[in-house]
Amino acid sequence: MLLKKIIFTLLAGFILFASNVSAEPKKECFEKISRGIFKFNQGFDKAILKPIASGYNKLPEPIREGTGNFTSNLATLLTIPNHVLQGEWRLAGESSASFLINSTIGILGFSNPASKMGLRNQPEDVGQTLGAYGVSSGCYFVLPVLGPTTIRDSVGMFADTLVDPFAHITLREKEILSISGSEMDFFSVKGAGVVDFRADNMKNLDSLEKNSIDMYAAIKSLYIQNREKKIGNTYSSKDDDWEEFNK
Amino acid sequence: MRKLIHTLVFVVLAQIGTSSFAYNSDPKIFITELVEDATKTLSDKSISKADKAKKVETIALENVDIDAISLYTLGSIRKTLDQDTLKRYQELFKKYFLKSLTSRLTDYSNNKFEVVSSDQKSETTTIVISKIIGSPSQPELKIDWRVYTKDPTKPLIRDLRVEGLSIARTQKEEFSSILNSNNNDINVLFSKLEEFIKN
Repeated sequence: MLLKKIIFTLLAGFILFASNVSAEPKKECFEKISRGIFKFNQGFDKAILKPIASGYNKLPEPIREGTGNFTSNLATLLTIPNHVLQGEWRLAGESSASFLINSTIGILGFSNPASKMGLRNQPEDVGQTLGAYGVSSGCYFVLPVLGPTTIRDSVGMFADTLVDPFAHITLREKEILSISGSEMDFFSVKGAGVVDFRADNMKNLDSLEKNSIDMYAAIKSLYIQNREKKIGNTYSSKDDDWEEFNK
Repeated sequence: MRKLIHTLVFVVLAQIGTSSFAYNSDPKIFITELVEDATKTLSDKSISKADKAKKVETIALENVDIDAISLYTLGSIRKTLDQDTLKRYQELFKKYFLKSLTSRLTDYSNNKFEVVSSDQKSETTTIVISKIIGSPSQPELKIDWRVYTKDPTKPLIRDLRVEGLSIARTQKEEFSSILNSNNNDINVLFSKLEEFIKN
């Protein structure tokens, strides 16, 4: 209990600090270090992740689709409490129904009959919930292997493991409804999700790299735009800057 | 007489060769026709790589608002530059943009493309919603086109949003990052653009 209180206080303090650091997501926390980590991540991608993703892309489509569905279905467990925390009751209901249908009729989530029924399952995390509460992103930085983030989103990433029932039974090895797991299960599922994402974006990332004059800045821009879009629950990010060119 | 006919035929052929097809002015049909034309050119095995690039460049020069994109991409620093520097920037940007556009279109030229709908945002802006149909190696991609319609007879493309993420804004923030890291020295941006054009 005391540990939880300490963690909560630390989180709150960190978020407040983050909000004061900068309300501008384009600001960097420590750009030189982040650029160094970004280079390391690019090396990691070229040496490990990309070859695995290329191999994964050669697997039969049903296996790839099943893997993507399975990891997305488990991620719904994090989405549901975040919809609730944001007061998005209808979306929370849709995600819960999607999880129940896919986990049963969809054979443990390997198939996605819920989407065919028109049930939306829009991924949410604690970073998005904090954003929806009005917590500013704080400055931007890059984490080794995990990639781009902001102070708010990195706090959110840690908090995800406290909110996510899947993390509860795997990372913390607790039981929910007599279901338990291990740390290995957690990292295997997250790892499979990363490989699936990388494989899906093989062409997009290659094209981006080939056509960027500053890949670090391009990835940063795309990350920030994507987070804005997700927090605002809109289809696209802001682009009001065009107004002055419409005269 | 024969000479005159030869000359006339030559002039007509030369015009067909250099001018591009005039697309429909309805933004939705405009994008459909333009993408079909560009992807058909890029996937045509009978045309050389250089000719393909040339044709796509002609299409872009006539149908993309490159001047507006160049200024948008440069951000507020454009207001502090003198005319000569701005002109040099726009020339470099045009080359950079055409090379980058051709490369991006080539990457996706084998995919099937479909225009879904259009949404008129204002008198001057229409968003055309389209998608690249998914393939075994590439999931479906939503592409939105920001079309400038101030002159309703001549729509111009200003931006592409891939899954809601703006390419123009990404490019603007790339340029801004380069400028910010180099005390807003425009010459550093020029050399980065030159380097990209050369490679």
